[in-house]
Amino acid sequence: MSKAFWLILLMLSTNAHAASPAETLQNYTAQAKQENPTFGTSSSSKGDVFFHATRQHSNGDKVSCATCHTDNPKQNGKTRANKEILPMATSANAQRFTDLAKTEKWFRRNCQDVLERTCTAQEKSDFIAYLLSIK
Amino acid sequence: MLIRKTLQLGTLIGAIFATGYLLADDHEGGGNRSLPIVSNQKWQAECASCHMLYHPGLLPERSWRKLMGGLDKHFGENASLDKATQQEILQFLATNSADHSGSRRSAKIASSIPAKSVPIRVTETAYFQGKHDEISPATWKSQKIGSQSNCIACHSGAEKGNFSEDNVRIPR
Repeated sequence: MSKAFWLILLMLSTNAHAASPAETLQNYTAQAKQENPTFGTSSSSKGDVFFHATRQHSNGDKVSCATCHTDNPKQNGKTRANKEILPMATSANAQRFTDLAKTEKWFRRNCQDVLERTCTAQEKSDFIAYLLSIK
Repeated sequence: MLIRKTLQLGTLIGAIFATGYLLADDHEGGGNRSLPIVSNQKWQAECASCHMLYHPGLLPERSWRKLMGGLDKHFGENASLDKATQQEILQFLATNSADHSGSRRSAKIASSIPAKSVPIRVTETAYFQGKHDEISPATWKSQKIGSQSNCIACHSGAEKGNFSEDNVRIPR
């Protein structure tokens, strides 16, 4: 084994935020159980409904996750300022849900922008389950 | 006859070059109109995830302070950051802001803003408006531009701080 290999392995293992999408899902599922002891398991079909559900924002706009991410999570989305957003589905974007801090940052922002409240851990885990389930 | 035609052609070519030279006021003094090349990884990653990367030299320090102090309501969106990242980016923006950047374009932007005014949109500054007064509302709204905040639609070097008139290409 070369020195470079071990160096890379060391760097990967010391990166605190690195996680697989499945580990990120597990993290939110565990949080959901803490929030609600009766919570069973995450539901990709509930996540599907959550992703596409449109609501009336207090500013008058109709908004949903799909407003920026499009109805098909395997496609690129677009921010309101016209910047490309890489696909949300892990089958189309391997980087998605591999950084817990980043995932939490975007939930914090986008739950406010779409729902005007924070999301529950259950909603987050269903949402990720849906995006991991898309082949 | 041939001499007259040659003279006419020469005058025409001369006029075209002279017009181009006069219009491209970036030549004046040959100075450093380009905003300085600056770099900060967090600035690039965080500020450019939703929109183009705006150069710190486009607004004075007081504007960046106001903007970075209201990220939870950033032009209608929640763009909040953790405290450490927010502080690092603000420090970077302040250090390289229009009132500190040293470039002539930055100095002109800064001096076009009244002392008591704290704009958080570059498009609100008198400098921006003066430079774009010939652009029609229809051009701004065209599909490839969309809004005045989309600098890179016409200034391909905008994210690097290059707003030279020579490089402007208005998409049709």
